[in-house]
Amino acid sequence: MSAAADVSKLRESFGEKIWETLEFRGEQTVKVELGSLHDVLAKCQKNLGYEMILDISSIDQFGDDPRFEIVYEIASLDDSKHLRIKAKVSEEESVPSVTDLWVGADWHEREVWDMMGIPFTGHPNMKRILMWEGYPFFPLRKDFPLAGRPTDMPDVAFTGVAPLEGGPFVTSGGAEDVVKREPRARVVE
Amino acid sequence: MVSPSPSTLHTAYDSKIEGNVIITRVDAAINWMRKNSLWPMPMGLACCAIELMATASSRFDISRFGMEVMRFSPRQSDVLIVSGTVTYKMALAVKRIWDQMPEPKWCIAMGACASSGGMYRSYAVLQGIDKLIPVDVYISGCPPRPEALIEGLMKLQTKIEGEKSTMDQKKTFMEESA
Repeated sequence: MSAAADVSKLRESFGEKIWETLEFRGEQTVKVELGSLHDVLAKCQKNLGYEMILDISSIDQFGDDPRFEIVYEIASLDDSKHLRIKAKVSEEESVPSVTDLWVGADWHEREVWDMMGIPFTGHPNMKRILMWEGYPFFPLRKDFPLAGRPTDMPDVAFTGVAPLEGGPFVTSGGAEDVVKREPRARVVE
Repeated sequence: MVSPSPSTLHTAYDSKIEGNVIITRVDAAINWMRKNSLWPMPMGLACCAIELMATASSRFDISRFGMEVMRFSPRQSDVLIVSGTVTYKMALAVKRIWDQMPEPKWCIAMGACASSGGMYRSYAVLQGIDKLIPVDVYISGCPPRPEALIEGLMKLQTKIEGEKSTMDQKKTFMEESA
């Protein structure tokens, strides 16, 4: 069974809960609402044969509402099919953890929390994975300056501001075209 | 000008000790010993560490300079070679290793990242190890070739050669007792 057939199966069972399905160069993407995200992923894992989670990533659509988008890349173990599932997450919301479906989701979800600050509910060990516990910022958010912000945790770690010639170079989220969204020297408070 | 007669010049000649005595300054002797047996502490943090390993291996062979004794304990090392990107998460660990090294000690910042943060102008990377510990020699390159590291170590040898540790010690002693 192909990923395209799985997408129509998901459409049958979830109907309105699935906002949009896309096909681009043979890649199948399903956009679902956050409330039924876990159910959709559970069906993929249990009924449709997507035994493996490849990656969980997140996108900061700074300026849009809802702000974040979370992306799951799942595949079957024989690599015969590949599916991408997306859901929009607003700043106040948290995402149900999928560590009950795929154990491998554990570190991916911790990285999303560490870098983007999207919390997960039901995760067995929800703490930072790259930065240290107590670091106050989420560095991959669009409103975080590339140069960093000064912090200090005595005996653990400190951070400073990196010198950027003419920078920091930051993107303008929500700008109408690609040229205006390009990272340019702009001070973000 | 009358040159001294050979008989008076060699009154103190003793064939039993001739050849076993050299006359030098204490500083010169100490510096000569120090610079020819530098024991490096390899602080390998990124790709520079690969070049550091190559430098220690047979093709480049820093044992020609008496530096082949890589010690993985800071308590037995003389020179800390910071080779690679120092992230903020690692920064205090590097500092702790430096603090554990006994005096006299020297530090080499190997490569662009250790010297200045290199291409990582980011929230995660310390912008040069000299913000935390004093650096004696900076080596440019990304990563530097083994020849460059050897050149840096030879620069450090030249620096050690010119040190006046006992002279300075004597000076402070005289000032304190005066």
